[in-house]
Amino acid sequence: MTASPSRSERPDLPPLAPPAAGSGLLEVFRQRYLLGMLVRNTIQSRYQGTVLGWAWSYLQPLVRFLMFYFVFQVMIGRGSGMENFAIHLFAGMVLVHFFTETFAGGTQSLVSNRSLITKLAMPKELFPVARMLVSLWHTGPMLLILVIACFLTGWRPDLLGLAAGLLGFTLILLLGLALALFFSVSNVFFRDFGKVVQTLSQFVTFSVPMLYPFTLVQDRFGETGAKIYLYNPVAEAVLLIQRCFWVGTTDDPTATAALHMPDHLWTRGIVMVMVSVVLLALAQRWFTKFEKRVPERL
Amino acid sequence: MANYIEVHHATKSFTMQYHRSLKQIALARLRGQKTHDTFNAVDDVSFTVEEGESIGLMGLNGSGKSTLLKMISGVMRPDAGTVLTRGRIAGLIATGAGFDMQLTGRENLLLNAAILGMSRAETARKFDEIVEFAELGDFLDTAVAYYSSGMKARLGFAVAIHVDSDIFIADEALAVGDRPFKRKCKTKMDEIRQAGTTIFYVSHAPGSVRKLCSRVLVLEKGRLTFDGDVDEGIKFLHYDDDEDGDGKGDDDGLGADI
Repeated sequence: MTASPSRSERPDLPPLAPPAAGSGLLEVFRQRYLLGMLVRNTIQSRYQGTVLGWAWSYLQPLVRFLMFYFVFQVMIGRGSGMENFAIHLFAGMVLVHFFTETFAGGTQSLVSNRSLITKLAMPKELFPVARMLVSLWHTGPMLLILVIACFLTGWRPDLLGLAAGLLGFTLILLLGLALALFFSVSNVFFRDFGKVVQTLSQFVTFSVPMLYPFTLVQDRFGETGAKIYLYNPVAEAVLLIQRCFWVGTTDDPTATAALHMPDHLWTRGIVMVMVSVVLLALAQRWFTKFEKRVPERL
Repeated sequence: MANYIEVHHATKSFTMQYHRSLKQIALARLRGQKTHDTFNAVDDVSFTVEEGESIGLMGLNGSGKSTLLKMISGVMRPDAGTVLTRGRIAGLIATGAGFDMQLTGRENLLLNAAILGMSRAETARKFDEIVEFAELGDFLDTAVAYYSSGMKARLGFAVAIHVDSDIFIADEALAVGDRPFKRKCKTKMDEIRQAGTTIFYVSHAPGSVRKLCSRVLVLEKGRLTFDGDVDEGIKFLHYDDDEDGDGKGDDDGLGADI
């Protein structure tokens, strides 16, 4: 870099600096106003032009729930041996939906905002983060339905359970964002990553204890199988959510927790949150490394 | 006078990928064909721009104008060399980028202003001015999907042109909208220039470059081949051949800006 001529610099002038926008998750939260606008407009435009409007954000999960419920409870009779299978199913769905929306939507977020990224300098992390927040916002209606259903089935919320639910959500938020960051930038260079993510998201629904109880895994695959199963952070998060909502709706929550919750539920949860924080940091480094070449590859 | 833009030996190279799938790449390798090529879109370009200068960047299609502009606006980073700028960069670079067709003009105005870097307070302060400039009337609260192309363009322009900046970049044809709107844009650009803003203007229209710019840069195949006086630059590029001279109408130059 050549030094600028030795003129006396006027102190009132802004400094001479590389014009690239700041980047990183911290920069995103510094630009809260823009982030808020992006999130709000995405939410607003989603049901724009529909007659039912907001009702859709309740209808879609409801229909999905009814479908699963019909197939697994009525047709196969899976949940017959379980108390409040419907709550078990729906509680899991809320979290899985949040995860897959963040993961799959976040992965597409850079490609789908091509027109902005190729023309304006802005922190590109904005797009996966906005996508995550939009997904989080959409879990609102689902959570509301879930809470009402829980109270109707005689839910007695306990403090420990609520903490478990919060931990589960935190885990999914961090993990989903880490994966979204990693895959969104990878997807720009090889669109194959987008396909991988689509495949993985389908897998998630069946790899967590929501359509079946966790005890089934132990029954069918033994202790070793259950151990491997629990290495899946989404499964762990869903268990935490079950601890929050479903356990409290059963007749004897203590017995249910003892039977259906794995050992070291909390330790696993906390360790996985910490692992997700590390993953997020690594994903951010990966993102920073490759985002420079994103505008020319989009 | 302080430098507002300093470009030192900036180079930007792109890779041309001939094949995308693994199978194609493998086959090409086997046959000993090239799988990719690199070329320098901007090749060792250096120049400095002082405060208040207005630069016209000219060159044929594919000469690297947009790439250079993207490095100055911070969208792309140079592979070699440095690009330094001072203060906030704005301008007619991505007018209407990020418009959501489903949303109303008002919502898009606020979103677009935020995207272009305006704060809530700045947007609130300029809101009326922008609305007036865009001349949307009652359509402000209608979904942008129902706008005519001219209305969409006017809204995009109105927002972009009202962003405060230290360096104002214009990469888009001003040939948007009808004659009165074009005039208004030009008046506004003149205002920006007279306020002492450094201007960086990309154009194929010698007329508008003559009117707006005090210096011309010419790019040829990524290299800076001319840096200097406006008329000489236009002559250098042989853009003066079919020009009628300076007797043209006030906004014909802008109109020819395609």
